[in-house]
Order: sequence, then structure tokens, then C-alpha cells
Amino acid sequence: MGAIVTLKNVLKRYKRGKEQVEVLHALNLEIAEGDFVAIMGPSGSGKTTLLNLIGGLDQPTEGEVSVAGERIDRLSGGQLAKWRSRHVGFIFQFYNLMPTMTAERNVELPLLLTSLSRAERKRNVATALEIVGLADRAKHKPSELSGGQQQRVAIARALVADPTLLVCDEPTGDLDRQTADEILHLLQLLNREQGKTIIMVTHDPKAAEFASRHLNVDKGQLADAAQVAA
Amino acid sequence: MKYLPLVWAGLWRKRTRTLFTLLSIMIAFLLFGMLQGTNAAFSRGVEGANVNRLMTVSRISFTEALPYADLVQIEAVPGVDRVAYASWFSTYYQDPKQFVFSFPVDPERYFNLYPEFKLPKDQLDAWTRTKSGAVIGVKLAEKYGWKIGDRVPLHSTIWTKPDGTSDWNFDIVGIYDDPDDQSQANAFFFNHSYFDEGRSFGKGTVGWYIERIKDPTAAAATGDAIDQLFLNSSDETKTQTEKEFSRSFLKQLGDINFIVTSILGAVFFTLLFLTGNTMMQSLRERVPELAVLKTLGFTNRGVLALVLAECLLLCVIAALIGLAIAALLFPLMKDVIGVVNLPVSVIELGVGVAVLLALVTGLPPAWRAMRLNIVDALAGR
Repeated sequence: MGAIVTLKNVLKRYKRGKEQVEVLHALNLEIAEGDFVAIMGPSGSGKTTLLNLIGGLDQPTEGEVSVAGERIDRLSGGQLAKWRSRHVGFIFQFYNLMPTMTAERNVELPLLLTSLSRAERKRNVATALEIVGLADRAKHKPSELSGGQQQRVAIARALVADPTLLVCDEPTGDLDRQTADEILHLLQLLNREQGKTIIMVTHDPKAAEFASRHLNVDKGQLADAAQVAA
Repeated sequence: MKYLPLVWAGLWRKRTRTLFTLLSIMIAFLLFGMLQGTNAAFSRGVEGANVNRLMTVSRISFTEALPYADLVQIEAVPGVDRVAYASWFSTYYQDPKQFVFSFPVDPERYFNLYPEFKLPKDQLDAWTRTKSGAVIGVKLAEKYGWKIGDRVPLHSTIWTKPDGTSDWNFDIVGIYDDPDDQSQANAFFFNHSYFDEGRSFGKGTVGWYIERIKDPTAAAATGDAIDQLFLNSSDETKTQTEKEFSRSFLKQLGDINFIVTSILGAVFFTLLFLTGNTMMQSLRERVPELAVLKTLGFTNRGVLALVLAECLLLCVIAALIGLAIAALLFPLMKDVIGVVNLPVSVIELGVGVAVLLALVTGLPPAWRAMRLNIVDALAGR
């Protein structure tokens, strides 16, 4: 399959106080459509920055970032927000659900930005919750769900708008081993059966085993040259 | 509408805090409704004043009486069509708390000048024939259950009789109405001749004169002409349009508009900080949630609109509840201010103030939410 994500000579600098910190240095990368990629590396290596650039949460200081053939580094803030709503589903370490909304309302959030009717939104939400095995928890608020269930709701929210990419930042970092494995199995299933391209940042080597490809980031560069696109 | 559950959920994130804020705003708008309603009721009397009528009172004070003999001279002033007179009787019925707005007048002259008061001809005739006769407003009749044929005793706090008593008996001979302004159907009118003969002092005087003029545009000139008649006499006069008179009469009671504006200004100034602080605190607690919304694809302006909508919803709901309670309580004050319902203009103004309050208190947190950087917010920076 062709590359769905391409990064060319990407450089990212942050201003921390008076200092400029270069987090990523001339990074090149290609990720194929339907891949399940685990990005690993020590803290501060730049892996979350890399994930943010791929997910359109941040812009590179220099270089090109293309997703599904679109140069997202050229998009304005508003265009990038719209692009994210169509192309990226995000899964966070701490789930980041709206605490006062039920599971189904949380899952519905990305669909509010579409032109779908209420009935269509409801149908899609039900399907997404069914995929993650939480159809019977639709009316529950996050505080009434376990950590694993909350992360499943977050996965349903990420899936519901049928995005091009699923971007996961330490999705199992707050879960026990057994629950973490269940979540990773679910991600693997989404990758294998639905062909979702998944890019996951993790510290956990066991979590990385569920991915089909590993990338190691160290000091702002991909450590293993073999993984870097030519 | 599809965003309403999201706005609502954000609003009730801290239930107790939202409830207390809602209560504060609600009470402020209850106060607004009652005070502004009272102010509007008083202003309505001024606005409803007739442009064809002038009022002549003593230049010293409107409580000073004028000679009855001035009547003929005023009638002779060019531009004056008809003249009537009245006096302040100051009475209560049975209990000092049961105050009655009562005025001795010349029946035909007075009701001729006030065509808005609807009184059947036969009742006016009966009044003219009956020296102790009185005509009362329909609202006053309803209040005390008085009807034609009743004999009513009133106690005057000013006017005594030669025997030293202050109790006056009247026979109700008519009931008038003012269909356009029911607050005016609250008075008690009786014969000036009965009053003048019965009182122990002040005979041959009246409280004020009312003139109907032929040309409202010549009101100032006609008023000046009347006042010129009595210049340098022992009873100098001051003639004003009915509107000016009503306004200066209200000023004697106190500048109600200023008092109301001052109180409400203080209340809303405090409320501004209270609500603004609450909204800011709410935003600070929700930074990660707002960042997630942006992550999902909500634009900066979309997030700004969500936060503003929350504030708008809170302020408008609380204001509507407060104004609704004010509207329910307002009729209880009808004896004091004579207006039965809270004017619609007050409710409209209240909603306008609520929207303004929401925008002023909601804009700083909404602006901050709009400028939120996703990466920093998610990282807790």
C-alpha cells in the first residue's frame, strides 16, 4: 500500500522561556496506509511532538507534513481544525472524556461538526459503541465507568467519524496490564479488520508488540535508520 | 440546537457553583424587575400626561392653596378653553394604612377636562344634585366593595370641621372608569361646595387649577400669561404642562429614577465581578476539555461561541426566572403604585441587560478559550 503519512525534513523548535529548543531535527518518515505503528523512545525524545505533527495538532517549524496527499503544514488554524475533524481520531492516555456527558454524548462530539442528521448521528454512535463492546453503557457517565471502559468510549469517539488515521498517545498508560491488553487487542482488531491506520506513542514494550511496525525516536531523530523512509 | 447538550453539560459541570451563580443573577433580576417596574409605573404617569392640559399651583409650593377668585381671571386668559380646580384632601378609610386618594372638585368642570374618565351621564347628574355625593374609580370600588348608594366615612388627616372632628361622610353616587389606564381609576372625587362649607379653615381656596388650552403648541405662552396675572400678588402662581407638573411632583417625592438606577448599578456592578469570576474559574478547570474539543476539530471561534453560549444561557435563564417572579409579585404592589402588571418594556429591558451581562462576563473567558494552544493545554502547561 502507498504512504498515507509522509514527513520530509521536518524540524520543530519550541520557545521555552528565552531559549529555543529544537525537539525534532530534519526528520523524514513514511507510514503506509493500514499500518499499525508504535513510536517508542525515552521521555523528551520528541515522540509526542512527532505524533502532534502527524495529527495536525501542531505545525512544523520547517519541512513538509502530508497526510493522505494533503500538505497539512500549509493549512491555517481553522483549516487544520476542519481537517482534523475529517481525518484524525485521537486517543489519549487519560481518556479526556467530558465528565458531565454520557458515553453516547461523548462519542457523538465529533459528529456535531458534520452535516449528519440527529438520527444518523445516533445510528453511528450506536455502531461505534457496539464495536468497542459498550452498547449497554451508552447512558453512563464517565464516572460510572471503569478506566478500561472509559478508554473504550474514547476509542469509539475516535472511530465514529470514520477518520483516515487513529492517533494514540500512551493509550494504555493509565491502565492495568489485563485492561491494557484488552484495549490493545481492540486497536489491533480495528487495524486488521477495518484497515485503520494507527499511530501509537508508547513507553511500554509489551504494548508496542501489538503494532506491526516500531519506530524509535531519540533526541529528535528516528533512531533506527532501517525504519526511515528513503 | 445540536450543540445545546454540550453547552448545557459545560454549564452544570459544578452543579452547586452554577446553582449559586444562577440564584445570585436571579435575585438581581428580581430586584431589577421590582425596582424598574416601579420606576416605569411612575414614569408612565408622566408619559401619559395630557398635552392639552396645564396645571397652575402656588409658586411657593404646590401644597399652598390658591384663591377661588383666581378662577374667573384664568378663564379670561386668551388660549384657555376650560378651567377646573381640585384640592388635596388626604384621607384614609377606617385604618391609616387604607389611604384613599380623594379630591374635592367641581363635578362638571372636572369631568369635562378629563374625558378619559368615563362616567355615565345620569351618575354625573346625580352627583351634581347631591351635595355629599362622591364618584369613585372602579378599582377603588372593587378594593373596598363600595357600590352606588353606600354611605362611606373617610377620615381626613388635614381638614377638620368646625366641631373639631375630621370624619367626613359621603354618599357614593357614581363609579367612573379609565379604560386606557386602570391605575387612574383609583380616586375618590366629591363636591368642592360640600368640602368648602364643611371645613373649618381655608374657605374660598382651592389646591390647584387645571386648564384645557386650545393650542398645545402655545402651552408655554398661555402658562406665562396666567402667571403674569398674579405676578407680585400675595398668591403668585406657577403654571406648567401636566407632564412637567407630574415630573416635578415626583421629584418632590425623590428622584425615583436616580435612586433605582443607583441601586441597580451597584447590584449589577457586583454581579459583573461575581459572574465574571465564576466563568473564569470554570474555564480554568476545563482547559483540558476545551483542548480536547479543539483536537476533535472545533475551531477557535467555535470554542469561543460555546463558552459565550454557556454564559448567555446562564444569564438569560436566571434573568427570566427573576423577572417571572417579579411579574408574579408585582400585582401585590398595586395599592402603592397603582399599576397591576409588570410593564413588558421592563421585561424586554431586563432580557437586554442579561444579554449584555453575559457578553461582558463571558467574553474574557471565551477569548481565553479561543486562544488556547492545544499542545500546551493537553500537556498541562
